[in-house]
Amino acid sequence: MAEICIGFVILGVTAYAVLGGADFGAGFWDLTAGGAERGGGIRGMVQRSMSPVWEANHVWLIFILVITWTAFPVAFGSLFSTLMIPLFVAALGIISRGAAFALRGQAATIREARVLGATFAVSSVLTPFFLGAAVGGIASGRVPVGNVAGDEISSWLNATSIAIGVLAVLTGAYLSAVFLAGDSVGAGQPQLAEAFRRRALGAGVVTGAAALGTLLVVREDARTLYDGLTSGDGLVAVLLSAVAGVATLALIWTRRYGVARLSAAAAVAAVTVGWALAQDPYLLPGELTLDQGAAADATLTALVVSVLLGFVILVPSLWYLYRLVLQGRLTQEYEPLDQRFRPIEAGDERRPG
Amino acid sequence: MPDPGLLVFAAERVTGALGEHAAPDALEARRMQALSLAVHIPIVCFGIAFPAMFLFVHGLYLRTRAPYLKALAKRWSKVALIVFAIGVVTGTILSFEFGLLWPDFMATFGDVFGLAFGLEGVSFFVEAIFIAIYVYGWDRLPERTHFLTGIPIVISGFAGSFNVIAVNGWMNNPQGFTVVDGRVTDPKPWDALINDQFWHELIHMYLAGYIVAGFIVAGVYAHAHMRGKRDAYHRTGLVVTLSFAALASLAQGPVGDWAGRTVMENQPVKLAAFEGLPRTEDSVPFTIGGYYDADDEEVRYGIKIPYLLSLLAHHDPTATVTGLDSVPESDRPPINIVRFAFQTMAGIGTALAAIAAVFLLTWFFRRRLPRSPWFYRAVIAAGPLSLVALICGWIATEVGRQPWIVYETMRTSDAVTASDGLEIGFAVLVAIYVALAAAFAWLMRRLTAKPEQEMAAR
Repeated sequence: MAEICIGFVILGVTAYAVLGGADFGAGFWDLTAGGAERGGGIRGMVQRSMSPVWEANHVWLIFILVITWTAFPVAFGSLFSTLMIPLFVAALGIISRGAAFALRGQAATIREARVLGATFAVSSVLTPFFLGAAVGGIASGRVPVGNVAGDEISSWLNATSIAIGVLAVLTGAYLSAVFLAGDSVGAGQPQLAEAFRRRALGAGVVTGAAALGTLLVVREDARTLYDGLTSGDGLVAVLLSAVAGVATLALIWTRRYGVARLSAAAAVAAVTVGWALAQDPYLLPGELTLDQGAAADATLTALVVSVLLGFVILVPSLWYLYRLVLQGRLTQEYEPLDQRFRPIEAGDERRPG
Repeated sequence: MPDPGLLVFAAERVTGALGEHAAPDALEARRMQALSLAVHIPIVCFGIAFPAMFLFVHGLYLRTRAPYLKALAKRWSKVALIVFAIGVVTGTILSFEFGLLWPDFMATFGDVFGLAFGLEGVSFFVEAIFIAIYVYGWDRLPERTHFLTGIPIVISGFAGSFNVIAVNGWMNNPQGFTVVDGRVTDPKPWDALINDQFWHELIHMYLAGYIVAGFIVAGVYAHAHMRGKRDAYHRTGLVVTLSFAALASLAQGPVGDWAGRTVMENQPVKLAAFEGLPRTEDSVPFTIGGYYDADDEEVRYGIKIPYLLSLLAHHDPTATVTGLDSVPESDRPPINIVRFAFQTMAGIGTALAAIAAVFLLTWFFRRRLPRSPWFYRAVIAAGPLSLVALICGWIATEVGRQPWIVYETMRTSDAVTASDGLEIGFAVLVAIYVALAAAFAWLMRRLTAKPEQEMAAR
């Protein structure tokens, strides 16, 4: 039962890394799109693609939290207390990101859109970094069992954490560029598709290099994790990720964005699964094994039954949502973000200046 | 339900799963949690009630085909989506804070009450999926399918609060576990889920959702009414929201009575704090207003209504009501905060029921809206007032449970994080929420100012 529950957690982490990560990555491209006019196209596409799905994508994070605190309560209490700082910053980033994005959709002037957009984009970069830093603290064995038993600073301000934080930001940007290139084709915007294709290729190369760099950092900083990632099942996962990553670059190169979505997602999934395999059988490396940290059987059984019943409802619902989105039946008309304000501005007499 | 005496005994001995730690003061953590709850709970009201309202108007449109009904349903659903998005993020903060602020509560009891949150996660997922499909599906999906995709939003809004309130009820009336040598063992998650404190809290909150969302939206249309906008669009907006709010306000009276009597049975000290009742007595009067003087152990400057508290608590004017002296002073909540919050909630609730009665009587007997401008002013005021009542109700139940996080089992100060420096976190959180509220208010104002034709066209 504990294995099934940790399986749910890994599923949640993977889904959040792929889907939530891509939404954060969209914020990265929003941030780097340039001035209002030049970046209007990119931002319009981000707005169009993210709007119907970001909330559902975000729920995976909640899913991870509730499964963890129910099935592995001691690990949850330990890591949330020791890693308080990065998790709190990530939580603030999540508020700012989500609220600013939702409100930007209602902005009526370019000035409002600019302030909200900047908030959205900056927090889209900060949040995955701090979540990644927290993951680094766990994976490198810096979270002992107890109420703030670990160091509140060095548990997340260390080489492994920083490397994984950066990798999380880059991975999101890479995924997002791949997804947005496909979406741009669907929206009939070949120039934007090309713009995202260039970004996907660039981000893919950089992310691949950063992944290798992270591995070297981990080798120095967290030897046990490195050994886990470079032997046995962990190694298989790492190699699969590399293969999927290279395959994605080839698919993007040849403009096959549909399949590229899947292979890009597979490259990320292999990393999250690889992380789990590398620290097996530990929940908190060196401190708490899966069996030691698991809740009583009655709880695990109740949780597994509830989640599986939930999936009976959720899987078709999610399938329906993504099908409608990919068919373009829910998405708004594509409109460059700076353009949409022109007619309203012209008619809005109260607008200052 | 174990013997209460045993529970008190157990309380002395429950040790957190994270072991011994210095936990100086839970006040800062409680402030952060309270602030985050106070921001999130009003949004929950919209999640509970607003989908039923826009779906109701949508249903009317499908019957009558009047275009203004479609415009109204469409606009409300778009507002609901923005409010939902804000709720997604403010709710996420709460989940984080459970771990950040109360790690030993989660570590010790996560396996007992966590199941409810698992179920809540599922309903939250369903809500997020279908609200997106519904709102972005206007004029894109087949008409019938589109209407049907609204139904899961209503159900999951209810299911979500069902599960969260199950946990709150459990904190007030913990069950479904055993304490052996200070360790919490043998969790029975299903027993914890459906606890004795659960049903009245759920119904009370569910009705509150309709009251708050109903009166706040009705206030917008009452304002429009006073400015002469009395066409079918605005009139429907007013009548639908006011009807939901009015019916819920009237039903809240008996539910409140039920809630009060259950609290008296399960948490007599909390009830004594509601009333500022120092000693266990019979034939107890009900005191309105005034404040509790801890030195003299009595309520000063209040208006006493003889026998009323005994009558309310036991439906018997001479019945005995348990007082604060039933537990040592260290086990009592801060009386004045709890009492003031409770009295404010009950007072506002009564006023809202009066507004509701005026509206419903005029509507049913005269088949029209009330004409007095004072009625519309009252409706405009009812929105903010209902929010105050909502927050006060939660203060009464949450502060009234102190010093316990899990009633008579775990002290709040034993659950709190051993980290210091929460002051900084609190200050940052306040700043973020102020910015959020300002941005939200600004854009809502703009949204309500947009002509509805434009909304309908979009």
